[in-house]
Amino acid sequence: MEQNNERVIIGEMLKEIRPEFDFSESDNFVEDGMLDSFDIITLTNMLEERFGIKIDGLDIVPENFYTVGSIAELVRKSGEK
Amino acid sequence: MLHIVSQYLHTSAELYPEHIALADGKRKISYADFLAEAECIAAGLVRRKRFKKPVAVLMDKSAQAVAAFLGVAMSGNFYTVIDTKMPETRVEKILDTFRPAAILTDRKNAKKAESLVDSCGADLMSYEDTIGASIDEGLREEMKQAEARIIDTDILYVLFTSGSTGIPKGVIITHRSVIDYTEWASETFGLDHDTVFGNQAPFYFDNSVLDIYSAVRNGATLHVIPQMNFAFPIRLLEYVRDNGINTVFWVPTVLSRIADMGILDKCDVSCLKKVLFAGEVMPARQLNVWIKKLPEALFANLYGPTEITVDCTYYIVDREISDKESVPIGYPCMNTDILVLNEKNEPAATGEKGELCVRGSSLALGYYNNPEKTEAAFVQNPLNTTYRELIYRTGDIVHYNERGEIIYDGRADSQVKHTGHRIELGEIETAVSSLPGIAMNCCLHKIETDQLVLYYTGDIESEEIRIELAVLLPEYMLPNICVKLAQMPLNMNGKIDRLKLRGSMSDLTV
Repeated sequence: MEQNNERVIIGEMLKEIRPEFDFSESDNFVEDGMLDSFDIITLTNMLEERFGIKIDGLDIVPENFYTVGSIAELVRKSGEK
Repeated sequence: MLHIVSQYLHTSAELYPEHIALADGKRKISYADFLAEAECIAAGLVRRKRFKKPVAVLMDKSAQAVAAFLGVAMSGNFYTVIDTKMPETRVEKILDTFRPAAILTDRKNAKKAESLVDSCGADLMSYEDTIGASIDEGLREEMKQAEARIIDTDILYVLFTSGSTGIPKGVIITHRSVIDYTEWASETFGLDHDTVFGNQAPFYFDNSVLDIYSAVRNGATLHVIPQMNFAFPIRLLEYVRDNGINTVFWVPTVLSRIADMGILDKCDVSCLKKVLFAGEVMPARQLNVWIKKLPEALFANLYGPTEITVDCTYYIVDREISDKESVPIGYPCMNTDILVLNEKNEPAATGEKGELCVRGSSLALGYYNNPEKTEAAFVQNPLNTTYRELIYRTGDIVHYNERGEIIYDGRADSQVKHTGHRIELGEIETAVSSLPGIAMNCCLHKIETDQLVLYYTGDIESEEIRIELAVLLPEYMLPNICVKLAQMPLNMNGKIDRLKLRGSMSDLTV
């Protein structure tokens, strides 16, 4: 239940950052060029703020930003640290 | 006699034909191939009988874009760089002013280029087709003659910066200015054939001029680091490590972010020997994180507006800078004179604030197709009443400290009157950036209510900021409102977008 909620929130954040894209159409946001370097900074700040977590610099790598699922996994992992 | 930049390329290709000149993640190009590709681009323009004409380059940031610039230069024409991601309305405004004779594009951007060609009537040149065409002897002779006609006061490039009125201004830079700058940079920072540059600056941003022309002059290697690495700083450090990059010229935001993330301990970048930065104020606290990690490396703060060819002052860090200090912008570059003029247009005394003005071969010829703006910014030196001598007024406020170093205080237009005090917003920003937990910050003055508004990002609450700032600043300089943002709005060059923040100030109701 909580996990689904997380995904919805992440989806809303992506929509806020890049309203022009349909993120549900993509299975790799990075490869598809939907998130540039500023967007990644913005998104990590938003995630940290919203979920009260600290994302380790070593975890800010492309594979953790491919899909809503991988971003949710990053949030979960960061929350455990 | 060295007088045009294509001579750099001819010399390096002769001395180091097999050495890797350019690499961009997709391709590695030797100096021999670099020259061959540049010659093909030049041939394409000479064949069209173009000379001293504007050429717009609409290409992805890549090794071949660099070859395109040198090719245009060699043909006696000049280029401007159009960012492939730039909004169409801005591109149209630029082309309206620039009126290119040709648009040089790569396959990926061909469609976009075609629609632009339709509206501005330029020739469309495909990079891939142009480097595929052969050059016969007659054409080669014509190319030689064209190159021999170029003189050092001819234009090399025009870079467009945002104008306050919304019409981009095209800063006109000559071969002579770039040679002046490149010779200074090479000598001052000891750049040579063994230098391996890791380029960050977009090519429409003039910091890239140091990377490109210093590399070509010295027969060095230039890595055009794939943009995505800047989104994932650990990947960026790995790229530096894996490619043995020893020299970088990056904007402070990139260096600060790496410092803040604490990842310098996670990847060995001891190959880095020279770390240069410019474009914004470098916060001392984050700089010190770098210095601690790379104690042997050279760190230098460079300063200058596009109008004086990238940089006009520099400071090589040669002493301990406390976290609370602002990093000096230092001393004039070689063959450049700096005048700090106070409100009476007289030289400012030590400690007195004044506008930084520049004199030298580095001065732009003005703004392309815009005589009014040119005349307003490039003016007669008020200290000289006997002959014509132009200076450029930067609009930046600075002062000399007791050491004789120039210290940046802020923009002339960021000096505000608040509760009767004259305040430099930059001074508040420097103090804020020294606080632990602050990532980025920007201070503005809300005139209607006479309030200082601080926007910031980071890991610190606004009450805490006020408490800690009270130790650093007089009471009248403390922000009245602190707004924590999840993201700092940035403009195309990665600098804080003050205009956007200014716009959002009206929403504040406190």
